[in-house]
Amino acid sequence: MKGKKGIILAGVAVGLISVILGYYGNPGNMGYCIACFLRDIAGALGLHRAGVVQYIRPEIIGLVLGAFLISLKNKEFESRGGSAPFMRFMLGMVVMIGALVFLGCPLRMVLRISAGDLNAIVGLAGFLAGILVGVRFLNKGFNLKRNYKMPKIEGYIFPAVNVGWFILLVTAPAFIFFSESGPGSQAAPILMSLAAGLIVGVLAQKTRLCMVGGSRDMMLFKDNYLLLGFVSIIVVSFIGNISLGFFNLGFEGQPVAHTDGLWNFLGMAVVGWGSVLLGGCPLRQLILSGEGNTDSVVSVMGMIVGAAIAHNFGLASSPAGATLNGQIAVIIIFVFLGIVSYFNSEDLVKTKI
Amino acid sequence: MNKIDTRGMSCPQPVLMTKKALDKHPEGVAIIVDNNTAKRNVERFLKSSGYTTKITEDGEDFILEAKK
Repeated sequence: MKGKKGIILAGVAVGLISVILGYYGNPGNMGYCIACFLRDIAGALGLHRAGVVQYIRPEIIGLVLGAFLISLKNKEFESRGGSAPFMRFMLGMVVMIGALVFLGCPLRMVLRISAGDLNAIVGLAGFLAGILVGVRFLNKGFNLKRNYKMPKIEGYIFPAVNVGWFILLVTAPAFIFFSESGPGSQAAPILMSLAAGLIVGVLAQKTRLCMVGGSRDMMLFKDNYLLLGFVSIIVVSFIGNISLGFFNLGFEGQPVAHTDGLWNFLGMAVVGWGSVLLGGCPLRQLILSGEGNTDSVVSVMGMIVGAAIAHNFGLASSPAGATLNGQIAVIIIFVFLGIVSYFNSEDLVKTKI
Repeated sequence: MNKIDTRGMSCPQPVLMTKKALDKHPEGVAIIVDNNTAKRNVERFLKSSGYTTKITEDGEDFILEAKK
């Protein structure tokens, strides 16, 4: 899959399968949403008790295992870790909180745009603004230091955890929570969702598909490779939404969305900025987690904890809009991102970090 | 030839480091990378910046030599 065909094909697959998953039961404009799905898993495990968003999403399991299996096959699997783990954990947490203020990760933002949800265009503006800020720090020497080779077993643990999640999903023991109403209760059949994850996990591993990388690489290097994936998702799911009658242009009455423009903008600005610092969007972190990158596993763990906090502290938005707690959290997060960005930028902090 | 070591750095750092090094030494640099993703990304960047790249394997690493 050399060249640009592969990344376009991956985008086409994501766009197409998203629409199919929506048709077969996933919540509106939520064929894939890494933030929402990790939040649902956090709920299913009882880390938060928001009864409407608890489910072990097989898409997540499929994405991780798809990336794991294909990287093993292509000898690209390698256990690595040790690059600023706690900073990454915190960044994962704040990216998740930003996503839940907006109501979607960058991938769902794209799917919302392709279904005519204009609130997501406001989110996109914030997302790009956030990426721009992150890129400015990259140009000032921002980095999270190098990683190191780890024993093989280190990288196998997270894929094994995903197998465990799948067993919990199928056996449904009493201590696992499953929503009976709301978005958490809306889901495509288990095997279809798992397959949807596996296919995209393989394609995303091979092509390095990343929702934040596209805009970042354009700004940094005028390189449009990853952006082609981003655009082809929009085009294909737009066509799919039109043909299945899911397309509904406007701000009001969009599924699992709110119309509070300022906080849609700022929520996604957090996601864009934080994801640039992490080196990739939530989807990319999942794929890297499957390839043995335990720094990304730590970021994903941060996202799960972030989701739990977002619901326990009332930070997550609802269709009624952003909450006061969520607004305060976003402001604190901007201060945090500023500090992290500044002190990890080698050209700004001249003393040895 | 000037050498830069990008081992252990995750993307986009290897490409950024390459770009910085070429700004300083436009005549060419050698870049050590330790994974396929970084190799492909740096290779693509060098190609689009008009450099020819020679890739040699060095144990588990790759060395990319970029020349005008």
